[in-house]
Amino acid sequence: MSEDVYVLGVDMIKFGRFPHRTIDGLGAEAALLALDDAGLGIKDMQALYLGNVGHVTQFVGQKILQQIGQTGIPVVNCTNACASGATAFREAYLAVKSGEYDLVLAVGAEQMGKGLLGNAGGGDDGIPREGLLGSRLMPALFAEVGMEHSRKYGTKPEHFAKVSVKNHHHSTLNPKAMYQIETPLEDVMGAEMIAYPNTKLMCSVNVDGSAAAVIASAKKARELGMGRAVRVRASALTSDRFTQRDLTLPDFNTCTRDAARIAYEKAGIGPQDINLVELHDCFATAEIVHYENLGLCGEGEAGAFIDSGATWLGGKVPVNVSGGLLSKGHPLGATGIANIYEVATHLRGEAGARQVEGARLGLTHVLGLGQACAVHVLEKV
Amino acid sequence: MSDTALANPPTIVPFLKFGADGAPYLEGQQCADCGEIYTTERMACSKCFSRKPFKAVRLPTTGELYTFSIVHRSYPGIKVPFVSATVDLDGACSLKGTLIDVEPDPEHVKTGMKVEVVFRELEHKNKEGRTYVSYFFVPKKG
Ligand SMILES: [Zn+2]
Repeated sequence: MSEDVYVLGVDMIKFGRFPHRTIDGLGAEAALLALDDAGLGIKDMQALYLGNVGHVTQFVGQKILQQIGQTGIPVVNCTNACASGATAFREAYLAVKSGEYDLVLAVGAEQMGKGLLGNAGGGDDGIPREGLLGSRLMPALFAEVGMEHSRKYGTKPEHFAKVSVKNHHHSTLNPKAMYQIETPLEDVMGAEMIAYPNTKLMCSVNVDGSAAAVIASAKKARELGMGRAVRVRASALTSDRFTQRDLTLPDFNTCTRDAARIAYEKAGIGPQDINLVELHDCFATAEIVHYENLGLCGEGEAGAFIDSGATWLGGKVPVNVSGGLLSKGHPLGATGIANIYEVATHLRGEAGARQVEGARLGLTHVLGLGQACAVHVLEKV
Repeated sequence: MSDTALANPPTIVPFLKFGADGAPYLEGQQCADCGEIYTTERMACSKCFSRKPFKAVRLPTTGELYTFSIVHRSYPGIKVPFVSATVDLDGACSLKGTLIDVEPDPEHVKTGMKVEVVFRELEHKNKEGRTYVSYFFVPKKG
């Protein structure tokens, strides 16, 4: 089958901290928002794909249906670290692409709790590995990736910090972002150091959140009306193939480059054709390396690229206009679908104050530590 | 368990071993086909998929700091700041560890600096009251 696949409805809740709500309640809210956006009901959905990390063994997808309508459809609960939501979206896309279904629902939901992700690595002997065998904490891993870029190309802490300045600025235009606060360069660089060169304001925000999308076959989209539909031009998912240091320092670059290459090939386009990007800025250092990984600029040019203003709203290729994970927030399982929502909203011309003018093609990228990398290309119909 | 094993202290990673003379060293597993070296066991080579038995090799004690971060915030009870280091061991594999005996700031820690692997006793003891041994990186002298 080579029929096109469309997003008919997509939405997200405003990200925040909701310790007194349930994970299925969060997911159900986004599911209903996306169904409303598509003008459809749960009775129209033929399958549900759910992305989540923290509660994935608890049948979150089924519990969502218990809250909004138990129709007996197949439910697949997906976990792929920070790529869980994008993986659920991709599974939904593939199911429609295969011709098996005409209308399916993809939901991403996460309830995070505060603090650092992971644990201190205490083994059976009770000895914490953290600090004795380096750090396995996310801020340090992504800091090491940034320092690798510094080593190769002379990238400075200011370059990384500018990513945070930009994304926090963008989030002031997004009412669904966790924060709407301007953070000047001196504030970003002067914030508490977490893992050099990443300060606290260069780390993504742990929040709770959910997002959902209704995905349709070409036949169904034509039948229901294409008015606000967005075409999925490409979907790519990779894992970490063998590279020199991957087993020591997780290689986030190669799997991203692989996914980007596959997505551009499938879409029959190049990075120069992309009008906006939502990429995985889990840390400020990550956004810098992904400029090159996604081909938005040449090798070694990422520092100059952020300096040039190219990735600001109004620039050549705006990146993370939503505010990104750094300020919109990063509810792991929801992030991949929230990115789809952001790009689709621009392609529909409905992004209000942060609208990327004339957007026709957008790219989303997420990266799960482990590794799982997903890239999607969306197109205005 | 042999007398030698009983005589050796407990270690923080299984690939930290002791020679017949009691001196600690790190042991890698080398692919018989492509020569890639790993510090953990596997069913086949990640790189070339060879299933031939791996060969145990002594890892070198010198290398180069490939990249690092200086960790200022960690879990409760973890001493900060410390330098999280990724080191390319000379002619072998890369290895994650903590770089010590250096000021933990970007003025003193530089990518590309030469380092050595050293072995130190930890504060931690096992049930029998024996002290654990780990490996660390230190700047290479001279
Ligand atoms: Zn091999």
